[in-house]
Amino acid sequence: MRPMSNVGIWIKGAAVAVLLLLPLAQGVAKEAPPLAEDPVLEKQVNSITAELRCLVCQNQTIADSHADLAIDLKNQVRDMVHEGKTQQQIVDYMVQHYGDFVLYRPPVKPATYLLWIGPFLLLLAGIGVLLFNLKKRRQAATEASPLSAEESERLAQLLNAGTDRKNAS
Amino acid sequence: MRFAVPLIVFVVIVGFLWVGLGLNPREVPSPLIDKPAPDFTLRQLHDPEKSFSNKDMLGKAWMLNVWASWCVACRQEHPLLVQMSRAKLFPVVGLNYKDTAADANRWLMEGSDPYVLSAMDMKGDVGIDYGVYGVPESFIIDKQGIIRHKVIGPLGPAELQNCVRPLIRELEQATGESKVSEEVKKACGR
Repeated sequence: MRPMSNVGIWIKGAAVAVLLLLPLAQGVAKEAPPLAEDPVLEKQVNSITAELRCLVCQNQTIADSHADLAIDLKNQVRDMVHEGKTQQQIVDYMVQHYGDFVLYRPPVKPATYLLWIGPFLLLLAGIGVLLFNLKKRRQAATEASPLSAEESERLAQLLNAGTDRKNAS
Repeated sequence: MRFAVPLIVFVVIVGFLWVGLGLNPREVPSPLIDKPAPDFTLRQLHDPEKSFSNKDMLGKAWMLNVWASWCVACRQEHPLLVQMSRAKLFPVVGLNYKDTAADANRWLMEGSDPYVLSAMDMKGDVGIDYGVYGVPESFIIDKQGIIRHKVIGPLGPAELQNCVRPLIRELEQATGESKVSEEVKKACGR
């Protein structure tokens, strides 16, 4: 009888688990963003929202984000595409209301010149330092000055002294 | 001398980090400042038969406070808003953002209602027009319907005293187009 009751408990447990999970599944299904019937339109919506930053989770695009605001903005974009607005018009609308920050790719303008050019300036500076150092090293190598008369005499003496001692021993 | 170059580089990096890490990435400057407040007409929370439009406030310097019953930070600023309404500093209109009338009313019943009235933006469309991305947010609007300042996050006593009150006073005194003085701009972090 024991094994039977164990099986019974398992079945009961499984049933309870399914019952507990059921509302969760419904909840998830409800939150899924509504899909437009038109796959072409949806593709357009995705390509536009991939260029827009989610202001809540700032390192995600609106296309990637599941934040409430991102879903609202995605719906807004979908409505605007439906109305026949161009990508440029939609992006301009978002910039007018949320500022340049909403653009995932920062625009090139005086305030962002340093942002765009900065890395290249650093690269140039790095190359400059490298060339300067290489040149200095090469100069040091070629300019290794020949010995002065005094020095060569001393060198000869030392060498002679060495051979003399060898011969002597 | 050998240490001069690394030391300078170090100091520069520390400087950048000091400034950069001190900035609050949540505070995205609004492009709507000094622009006309986007027009809307919405139902009123207490009296859904009646509507409210931002144009109803023309001729007054006022604050549009975006709030919701689900917003935790709104609870933080609520007592200050209540104090402000008791002191009758300036009219504060609520924009009840992505909320239900039942929840919003219950929330206002818990404390007291600091708003002249609240407009219901249930779908959040007006919120998008105003560039709302985090609740609470407050817009200070002048007599001609131009947005002059935006408070992001809960309004604190210091910001009220140093920025919002003097700003509203200037906007109230203005005849014709309002001009914000440099002092107030500075106090408001602009």
